[in-house]
Amino acid sequence: MGATMLDLTHPSSYWTALLPEIVLCAWAMLVLIVDVAQKGSRSEPSHPVIGWLALAGLVVTAVANAYLLRFRGGPGMVALDSFRVFINFVILGSAALTLLMAQGYLDRRGINRGEFHGLVLFGTVGMMLMAGARDLLMVFIALELMSISVYVLAGFDRMDERSVEGALKYFLLGAFSSAFFLFGVALSWGATGTTDIGRMGQLLLGGGTAVTPLLLAGMAMLMVGFGFKVAAMPFHMWTPDAYDGAPTPVTALMSTGVKAAAFASFIRVFVIGFGGAIERWQAIGFLIAAVTMIGANLIAMTEGSLKRMLAYSSIAHAGYLLVALLSASEDGAAAFLFYLLVYTLMTAGAFAVLIANSREATGQERVALEDWAGFAREKPVLAALFSVFLLSLAGFPLTAGFLGKLYILRAAVAQGLTVLAVVLVLSSLVSYFYYLRVIVVMYMTPARAEGEHRAARLPSPAMAGVVLAAALVVLLFFAGRWPLGWAQQSAATLWRDGGAAASPAAAPGTGPVARVP
Amino acid sequence: MQFYQSHWILTFLIFFPLVGALAAYLAGERNARSVALAVGLVEFLVSVPLFWTFVPGGGCADPATFPAGTPAFQNCASYAWFPEWGIRYQVGMDGISLFMVLLTTLLLPLMVLGSWTYIRDRRRGFYASLLALTGGVVGVFVALDMFLFYVFWEVMLIPMYFMIGIWGGRERVYAAVKFFLFTTVGSLLMLVAILWLWWHVSSAAGHPSFSYFDFLRLPLTSLQQFLLFMAFALAFAIKVPVFPFHTWLPHAHVQAPTAGSVVLAGVLLKMGTYGFIRFGLTLFPDFAAGKILWHGHPIAQYAMILGVIGIIYTAMVAAVQSNAKKLVAYTSVAHLGFVILGIFAYNLQGMQGALLVMIGHGLSTPMLFFLLGMLYERRHSYEIDDFGGLAASIPAFSAMLVFAGMASVGLPTTAGFVSEFLVLLGTFEKHPWFALIAATGVIFAAYYMLPMVQKVVFNALKRPENRLIPDLNGRELAILVPLVALILWLGMYPKPVLDRMEPAASTVLAQVQQSRWTPDPVRNRPAAGPAVGGVAMNGGR
Repeated sequence: MGATMLDLTHPSSYWTALLPEIVLCAWAMLVLIVDVAQKGSRSEPSHPVIGWLALAGLVVTAVANAYLLRFRGGPGMVALDSFRVFINFVILGSAALTLLMAQGYLDRRGINRGEFHGLVLFGTVGMMLMAGARDLLMVFIALELMSISVYVLAGFDRMDERSVEGALKYFLLGAFSSAFFLFGVALSWGATGTTDIGRMGQLLLGGGTAVTPLLLAGMAMLMVGFGFKVAAMPFHMWTPDAYDGAPTPVTALMSTGVKAAAFASFIRVFVIGFGGAIERWQAIGFLIAAVTMIGANLIAMTEGSLKRMLAYSSIAHAGYLLVALLSASEDGAAAFLFYLLVYTLMTAGAFAVLIANSREATGQERVALEDWAGFAREKPVLAALFSVFLLSLAGFPLTAGFLGKLYILRAAVAQGLTVLAVVLVLSSLVSYFYYLRVIVVMYMTPARAEGEHRAARLPSPAMAGVVLAAALVVLLFFAGRWPLGWAQQSAATLWRDGGAAASPAAAPGTGPVARVP
Repeated sequence: MQFYQSHWILTFLIFFPLVGALAAYLAGERNARSVALAVGLVEFLVSVPLFWTFVPGGGCADPATFPAGTPAFQNCASYAWFPEWGIRYQVGMDGISLFMVLLTTLLLPLMVLGSWTYIRDRRRGFYASLLALTGGVVGVFVALDMFLFYVFWEVMLIPMYFMIGIWGGRERVYAAVKFFLFTTVGSLLMLVAILWLWWHVSSAAGHPSFSYFDFLRLPLTSLQQFLLFMAFALAFAIKVPVFPFHTWLPHAHVQAPTAGSVVLAGVLLKMGTYGFIRFGLTLFPDFAAGKILWHGHPIAQYAMILGVIGIIYTAMVAAVQSNAKKLVAYTSVAHLGFVILGIFAYNLQGMQGALLVMIGHGLSTPMLFFLLGMLYERRHSYEIDDFGGLAASIPAFSAMLVFAGMASVGLPTTAGFVSEFLVLLGTFEKHPWFALIAATGVIFAAYYMLPMVQKVVFNALKRPENRLIPDLNGRELAILVPLVALILWLGMYPKPVLDRMEPAASTVLAQVQQSRWTPDPVRNRPAAGPAVGGVAMNGGR
């Protein structure tokens, strides 16, 4: 298709380049205004229409996002490439699933307020901006926009001690890591004289800038900042508590959308920006990835709460995604995109089923493993859906999770990271144990009381979303060649238009895989 | 008929049970078993003509995907699935897979009949699992694309896991998880090996390919052959199971419902030995055939030692079991020890004998499990001591149990005799000592099986509750009579079967004799200059 070139040195071009973000930002304000206008007093719960309005905003943004595919941009503050568009779709899908899950949940917990929807949309704007930002300062602004929205969302259930505790931990450590990040930006700027990621990459590759201790310090700081946001070990300490305490839809958003955005930016900064100094950060990343995969999977085995188990599982998946990132190649970026898509579907789906099994009267969540005994007997459909998500998280054939892992393994083996590939396989073997344990409890253990799970259900819109996610998880395995092709093409655009010229490790076509024209 | 010459017959046999699984699930609690029976019968009847339409040694004429000089397969198909990765839907059948497929389709309707009244709870889930499992197993036996093979290999774990874990005995959860984790450990290492091979095959071929035939052409160094063979062999050895890896099997067998035990012993274990024959030996011929030694001995010797230990050790363990089902489970390990012996003897008698043991064991052991299941339905016990003197109260059942016991021991005129004789013959040619020790295994078989049969069927009819149990009904006879007929037929006139598997067995043996060894790439070669040390070391090997 003939893409129109946008001159991003001209401020007015940004009206187009940031169209999805602008649309969603305006829509979020609209949601807040409509919410205030329609209710009589402050304490009244929001009308259900607010949720649908917010969802409509995501759909409109998705259209605007697709419109971006018609443009290409020169050097500038944001990237105009299919990589960004792909990630944006994943983020929008994650936000949409979050809002769908939230519909019945918020009423049950008595926290149905319009701000929730507004904050989810603002957070989504931040995520999208972060995925598209091609300037370290833009990344920082987007990071803060996203984080502050999510800090509030994590503590949204302010009558619940655990929610507040988790939010406080998240906020304090998050603020600390933001400082690291900002310091990293400053040091990198000091070392290279630019905050433009693409320019930085060109300077490093072309030898315009030496790899000075100053730059190394900057890189280290940035890696800590990103490590915190993607919840890689050893920067994961906040994750279990924050995930456990936050309202479950927010947990789903934190473990999918936030992670997607942070990872997208991580790739952009390190693979493009610091692509010329790959040998300096790959070894550290190698250790972080290995520790994350092994540690998170081992700890997840000991967790008795499904919510915490899924929290550690999401840390483990951060490790798998790091392997794709460390491959620092076009195949690696494509594997990353595809896995992110699959990961979002299966994780959000799993959290949605978790929401379904909560007590109608009190809204108390039932996340202990014993609460699921005999679940399949009374709720065969929900149990089957949960099993699909769990098997996919474990990476079992016939689910897209298997294909995604295979894709990452392939990229890792192609770049000579065979040790990481073996660690990935062995640690996912460990993960089989705790994912299967849930299936064992659901299918093979008798319920403690007859009719114990009668109350478990999802409102039909959320159910439709979950069924769609499960169907996609299975379909992507059989018809994976189209999304794979799309991911491959999108990944290729990462190096285009003001990105760094292809680095040796990042040269497209290093694999044996015939490129499809 | 065109249907039997094309791949459609195989595709039908893989996917019809999967469709049937859905139909059985949707048919509801009452009708699930009828639907499953109908699906099973259709599956079996459609597969039967394969026995006659199969042309021994015939092959597919499609030089692009089935190149000349590679083993001949019939009924092949090759369609692109993920072209960017070289993943294809590639299936085909030779004389080895033919009988495994037929065995699978034969056991399917019998298993449905055997579960008819045994399974009272959540029937639709059970029959759906059983049918899905069958489709996956057929897929394993005909897949000629490594990715497709791996997918089928892994996928059939799930229905089996559910069958043990939901419909099994008291310790079912432990048995199911143990079964799942054991088999997965092996398969995941095999996956890494497949991916490694895929990477190198693709680099060598210039295009991505998971095709078995491309894998067959990759030269490999000694170390590579060793590591890759071990990764594959671990997966297969756990599945067979070969001696030190067999500990999951007794649990799984005892806890599984009758149909689960039948399919486990009948076909799932054979997937392991099939894997050895199809992939373990042929992909790494130099290491498998002993041209590359491991600690001074060919790998076949280690394998045969494990096989012999399996035969003797498990026979001794079986002899002291008080639980009849556990006893039969251990006999499986012993029988499959014979298969390992036959395979690694590397001659035609051994190979054909091994294949025949696979079939014979796939008939006699399921028959034993069916009989024990029928006994369990009547008396809710597998304990040998709970019975005795059944010949007086249920004569037909007792006659069948005596026959099945004899078939398992390997009495002449049964399939067990011919096959184990062939294995011993083949082994004797290469390793007389192994043959000698293994031959005592036949005596051991009598040592564990006959007392069991005697304690159950003969002796005094002491317990009053054993007097009033009904004898076999028509449905149960319908399960057992075909098995009896086939065991006798194979025992007396195995020639039609041997003729059909002969070309495939010879091909495998010829493949093992070929060499695909390539020297190690010289590491740390000095860039220039007369580096004497490096060259001398290089020349020294």
